[in-house]
Parts: sequence; C-alpha cells; structure tokens
Amino acid sequence: MFKSLLVILLSSVLINNYVLSRFLGICPFLGVSKKLNQATGMGIAVTLVMLLATAVTWPIQYFVLNAFGLEYMQTIVFILVIAALVQMVEIILKKVSPALHRGLGVYLPLITTNCAVLGVTINNITDGYGFLESMVSSLGVGLGFMLAMVLFSGVRSRIRESEIPESFRGLGATLIAASFLSMAFFGFAGIVDHLFA
Amino acid sequence: MFMEILPALLVVAAVGLLAGILLALASHFFCVEEDETAKRLRECLPGINCGACGYKGCDDYAASMAQGTAAPNLCVPGAGTVAEKLSGILGVDARETKNNVAFVTCNGNCEATSKKADYRGIDTCQGASMLYGGPNACLYGCIGLGDCARVCPADAICVLDGIAHVDSSKCLGCGLCVKTCPKQVIVMVPQAVSTLVMCNNREKGAEARKNCTNACIGCKKCEKNCSAGAITVTDNLARIDFDKCTGCGICVEGCPTQCLKSVCFSDLSECS
Repeated sequence: MFKSLLVILLSSVLINNYVLSRFLGICPFLGVSKKLNQATGMGIAVTLVMLLATAVTWPIQYFVLNAFGLEYMQTIVFILVIAALVQMVEIILKKVSPALHRGLGVYLPLITTNCAVLGVTINNITDGYGFLESMVSSLGVGLGFMLAMVLFSGVRSRIRESEIPESFRGLGATLIAASFLSMAFFGFAGIVDHLFA
Repeated sequence: MFMEILPALLVVAAVGLLAGILLALASHFFCVEEDETAKRLRECLPGINCGACGYKGCDDYAASMAQGTAAPNLCVPGAGTVAEKLSGILGVDARETKNNVAFVTCNGNCEATSKKADYRGIDTCQGASMLYGGPNACLYGCIGLGDCARVCPADAICVLDGIAHVDSSKCLGCGLCVKTCPKQVIVMVPQAVSTLVMCNNREKGAEARKNCTNACIGCKKCEKNCSAGAITVTDNLARIDFDKCTGCGICVEGCPTQCLKSVCFSDLSECS
C-alpha cells in the first residue's frame, strides 16, 4: 500500500511531470518563471489548489456523476467546481490569513481555470485511483510543477545574462531551453518502477 | 431525447447553484471591511502587479498608502500621472512626499582613474563585472556602461565622463538602478542632504589612491573635523549619518582628495 503510494508520488513528480512530459500548465510555466520567488509562490499555490480540487472533484465524480450516469459531463462540472473553489479559497484566505493571501493572492486567480489543475483531477479519475491515491497523485503533480518552475527560473536567469543571437531572443530561447529540460526529464522514465523492485 | 438532456441539465444547474450559494455565504461570512480610500487608490493603479514599488502587488501598495506608510509616488509604470492622481486622493502634494533619490557614490571619472584592461565583451556593467570585477582599476567604482540608465523608467540617468549621473529632478525614487548596479555604487539618499561621500572604495588608503585620485583614503580628517559627529570612517571609507549632518561643509573644505562633496540636488541636473 505504502509502496504503491510512493510510486505514484515519485512517478508524478519525475516521470509524468505535467509541465515537462504532458505539456499541461505551460502558460504559468513560461509566464511566472522569470524570478525564483515568484516561481516558488506559484508552485505552492498550484499544489494547494490541486489538492483541494481533487478532494472536491473525486467525490463529485463517484457520488454524483457516476450515480446519475453522467460521466460525459465531467469536464464542464469540474471546471465549474474548480473555478468556484478557487474563488472560495481566496475569500476565506483573505479573512483568515491576510498574510498568506498577500503571498498567494496574485497567483490564485491565474490558476482558476488552469489546464494542469483540470488535467490532474480528470487523470485521477481516468487512472482509476482511489481517494487517497488521488490525493497523493495531486500532491506529486503539484510538487513536480513546482520543481519544474524552480529549475526553469534558474535556467532563465542564466539565459538573461548571456548573449543570444537576435533571432532567438525572448520566447525563442525560452522555449528551446524548456525543451532541453523536458528531454532531461525523459531520462527518468522507467527508473521509479525499478527502484522498489 | 429531451429526457436524456434533462438530468444532465439538472445536475449541472444544481452543482452551479450550490457553488453559487456557498460563494455567496462565504463572501457574507468572510467579508473583509475594505478601506474606502484603499479601494479608490487601487483603481488608479495600473494593476499589473509588477512589484517595482517594493510592495507585493498593487493591492498591497494601495493598502499601505491608505494606512499612511507608503508614499504615493512609488508606482513605476504609472509614473507621474498616477502619482498625481494618488496624491490627489490622499490630499498631499506629489512633490512634497518625494523623499529619496538615487545617488551615484563614485567620482572616478576618466581623469581621476584608469582602466586596467580594455573590455570588449557584452556591453553591460553586469557582463563587465563578471570578468575580473570589471575593466576599471578601482574594483568598487562605477563601470559606466549604463545598466542603470537602461533600467531607469524616468530616463533620469546618463553616463558622463565614464561614470553615471542621476538627474534628481527626474528621479522617481523607485530604486531599480540600486538593484541593477553590479557594483552597488548607487544608493538612495534623502533629497534634503547637502553633503555626500563620492566614493565606494573600501581598500586601504595607499591602494585606493593609486587607483583613483578622487578616492576616499580613509584618513579620518573629516571624522575629526565634524563638530556634529556625523561622519564615521569604517572599512577605510567615510560614511555620513544624514540625521546628524548639519550641512556646514567643514568636512568638504578639509578633504584632501575631494571625495566629499557638497551637493545641492537642484544643481545636479547635468543630464539635460
């Protein structure tokens, strides 16, 4: 049991990294990775929202949608629920912890309809995970997202300081660097399964 | 056909309604009293959350202004027009609140100092300083390739005679140049001060003098001469405590290397 959870966690951080292997959540990955502190803040916010979204959407899928035979409404209902959830978290955070709200407040509206958040909730259902497994997988995906953001913010600070041919400047060099990082992550494929064999 | 659509419609509507009711309840029970002034201030700000003002986003800056802890002229992308609107709401004069300006603490112009190498790399101070600390003989001084001038949103900095100069009448006090300078040679000083140390060199006197004739050699003459006790020499470099300085100018007369300088900020608009 514990071993299978660990495998889910590690594989969603390293092998099935949402940004670098599945190309979900590219928008915040390219947009907010310019500075390390922003990248970390965004990573924490995404992880939190993914965990909350999974905690809410998993019961909805199994106790509402499946019960009425409405599995095909998954995408629309999930978007609706996640958007409302993020809004709610923002309202509550503002009241309960203004300090945390100031730290994460800028990022929360950005992830309301982020495809990585929607993707993780839908994939948890598609993979047939139980509730606990789903939560662990969401945690792993969130951490993987943060890892990719933090690594890439380091890469980007190096890109900024170096002299790049004019035609590659800006988004071109950034996308090429992202593809290198993505290829590096493909090196993890197959490692986790053999770690515990 | 219709009977197949109906359950889907009802379920989505129910989920949406439930979410809506919960949100309404949350906003009722968790509502935060928003400062009316802060709200109006926030509406004037550009809302791009760039953080150049030093606060976490526009909301935080507006809240700090409403509490009276932030000046209304810190918004960099908004510049003058936004500052005017903000100070209008707060009821203060935009010019009055402007207290800090950037100042380049280096007087190592082409005449006073020399280059130890001919630098032909990337045309930025950041790049030059990575190569053996820059091409200047003095490791602490202004490199003069103008990183600060490029980052300045108000176009207040120019490079003259090998060193950067700040036009204090244009300076917004945003501090972007201070963060950019790889040599940390730019500092923020109160606009009211009259005497400043024009050197950043922390080497021993003889070494500093060898590299630049305008360098502070740490002779402590100013420290002894100052009747207000405002000058201290630490790490071979004189520093002025602006709270104590009376602006008498005795230190400037006694300084053997002219690194202490009496300044009147209105005179420092060389850039024009």
